[in-house]
Amino acid sequence: MNAARLTAAVLAGKTTRLAMRALGSGGTTLPGLVVEQLHGGAAHALAGQLSAATLITGTNGKTTTTAMLARILRADDRVVIYNRSGSNLMRGVTASLVEAANPLGALPGRANAVFEADEAALSDIAAAAPPSVAVFTNLMRDQLDRYGEIESIALRWADALGHFPGAATIALNVDDPLIASLEAHWSGDCLRFGIEDSDIPPAPEGEVMDAVWDPMTQDDFRYTRRYFAQLGRWHTDGGAQRPTPQVSADQISPHEDGVAFTLRLPEGEQAVTLPAEGLYSVYNALAAAAAATALGVEPDTIRSALESHEAAFGRQEDLLANGRRVRVLLGKNPSGLNQALRTLQAPGERHHLLVLLNDGIADGEDVSWIWDVDWESQGPHCRSLFVGGDRAADMALRLEYAGLPAPCAEATRDIGEILNRALNHVPEHEQLVILPTYTAMLDVRRRLGQMGASRLWDVA
Amino acid sequence: MSSNWAVNVAVLYPELLNLYGDRGNARALERRCQARGIDADVTWVGIGDRWSPDDADIVLVGGGQDREQRRVQSDLHRRGEALREYVEDDGVVLAVCGGFQLFGQHYRGWDGEIMEGIAVFDAVAAHPGPSIRRCVGNVVAIWEGETVVGFENHGGRTYLNEGQQPFASVVSGFGNNGGDGLEGAQRKNAYGTYLHGAVLPKNPRLADRLIALALERRYGSDAPALEPLDDRAALRAHAEALHAAFAPAESAIGRRFA
Ligand SMILES: [Zn+2]
Repeated sequence: MNAARLTAAVLAGKTTRLAMRALGSGGTTLPGLVVEQLHGGAAHALAGQLSAATLITGTNGKTTTTAMLARILRADDRVVIYNRSGSNLMRGVTASLVEAANPLGALPGRANAVFEADEAALSDIAAAAPPSVAVFTNLMRDQLDRYGEIESIALRWADALGHFPGAATIALNVDDPLIASLEAHWSGDCLRFGIEDSDIPPAPEGEVMDAVWDPMTQDDFRYTRRYFAQLGRWHTDGGAQRPTPQVSADQISPHEDGVAFTLRLPEGEQAVTLPAEGLYSVYNALAAAAAATALGVEPDTIRSALESHEAAFGRQEDLLANGRRVRVLLGKNPSGLNQALRTLQAPGERHHLLVLLNDGIADGEDVSWIWDVDWESQGPHCRSLFVGGDRAADMALRLEYAGLPAPCAEATRDIGEILNRALNHVPEHEQLVILPTYTAMLDVRRRLGQMGASRLWDVA
Repeated sequence: MSSNWAVNVAVLYPELLNLYGDRGNARALERRCQARGIDADVTWVGIGDRWSPDDADIVLVGGGQDREQRRVQSDLHRRGEALREYVEDDGVVLAVCGGFQLFGQHYRGWDGEIMEGIAVFDAVAAHPGPSIRRCVGNVVAIWEGETVVGFENHGGRTYLNEGQQPFASVVSGFGNNGGDGLEGAQRKNAYGTYLHGAVLPKNPRLADRLIALALERRYGSDAPALEPLDDRAALRAHAEALHAAFAPAESAIGRRFA
């Protein structure tokens, strides 16, 4: 290993990052690429100084789980390095390591890394930063758009497991049968997490499921209880069944602006009030708690850090803009969005909706999935409707089919215009719910920031 | 409310072949019939269900991954002869993507395994292997002098045999195989296509064609004419899809580095 070369690469990466910041860009792609060009082994050399690396992968929940785990580890007085949302390829990991290093290429002592890893980048990232813990959240259909068959992701993961350090712990969401089946490819420690509450309302009939049988044995997955998508209490006629989780949530109940539950850990129970809504938030908390447990954090620290969770930027957020309450809920695939919509269906709940559909690379270029979302459920709750984004007309057509009220303004590509119209339309003290895809979320978030919107809980 | 007219729509294997919003096609048919006072009855047909095409006026079948296609294969074969007879008897079919492949002669999956089709269309499909890029993107094709729009996402490439008529010709996108400029296949009143979207809501003329053919087959010269509907929302979505197919580059790049 050549220390001078590493130093040069780290410096170049830092300079690139500063230059991009000066240009107003927060991107991490270019600095990461520069470093990789100059020193292909830079990430590996830097990661060698970590005292632990946790990799988090899966379709939904990576970013939030990463943020939750980083918060828990900081609450445990550890130095934490993590990659920003959207920087979950190798170059993003490289960039975050470079950013954390000093100009001589040294990381802070005893640093813990938490890296969100794109499903297809897991092998490369694990080779550069051999994990102490790897978390698998779920495997769902937005994979198809990008990678083709779901099976090919499961195969890549099984292959990646073969190259993990033997001392690593893997944390698996056993409510997802495709994730649970990864255990067969792993001989080391495994920490299972899932929901144990038997009072959860089942998924609506006909909601789209992604995986319906075991790819190994071809047996059907059957459910005594299905929560959403293919998550639930499953078994097969061949005798396979959901293993019992060591980290679980029970007695889940909605709580003002969040969800309360009992968190069961190998070393005791904690009553948690999570300031984030929906069952998917509970899964994120379980994933983070399982990883933290594997990293040796005490249950009480896990609980208090989860309770101070703040939604990763723009994913689920309550703001105050022009005196209106604005809730932003990211929705990027049918299962994620169906879950988000389920948090908007309390009896008597009425709100104004602004739906923003873009078809950029990060959104998924195929917008067909909007036909698999249960928009019909919003009928009784939608006071008025606004539609925007690059595929606004497609969205408006879908919502017309769903029987929602006719949009109050013509659907438009111009997100700024439709946001203003919606905010002007909503009476004070009523709520505007914004449902954007990923790039639309970045756009609307920036505009809300410009008009001085503040997080609701920052307001007295 | 019952009316003088009725159309029975059967959706084959909705649990397995349900990718990319294809259920929107059934909704479009249902909605466009009801708007004209025509009863539309949608039947969902699963593996092993008692159902025969004799009861159907329109048969829909959607797309799935290779493994899902494999899964429906034997049940579909059981119904193969009845479905072929139905098509020869002018029965209306819309088969999308994986469904289109299964209604051809055969399909060779990404692992090289052959799946026999039911040979409604004289076409063969093959997946060139997991390392070859899928055909993914917005499609614009010409069907009877007008544009049809949709989104394709398929690994397999379809080739029509001599004498097999295509559904449309590709203006933008891959279509059947990215080489011969053809999209889909048509045999009598059976249409096969790679277009998702869902395809019928934003191509109302195609949706109405299927309905008209079904009514004509069922009621002959007594079939009602289809009066025009307010299709502004559908046509806007159609125009937007045209735009997405032809002008993606600048906006996508702008956004990627935002
Ligand atoms: Zn397809």
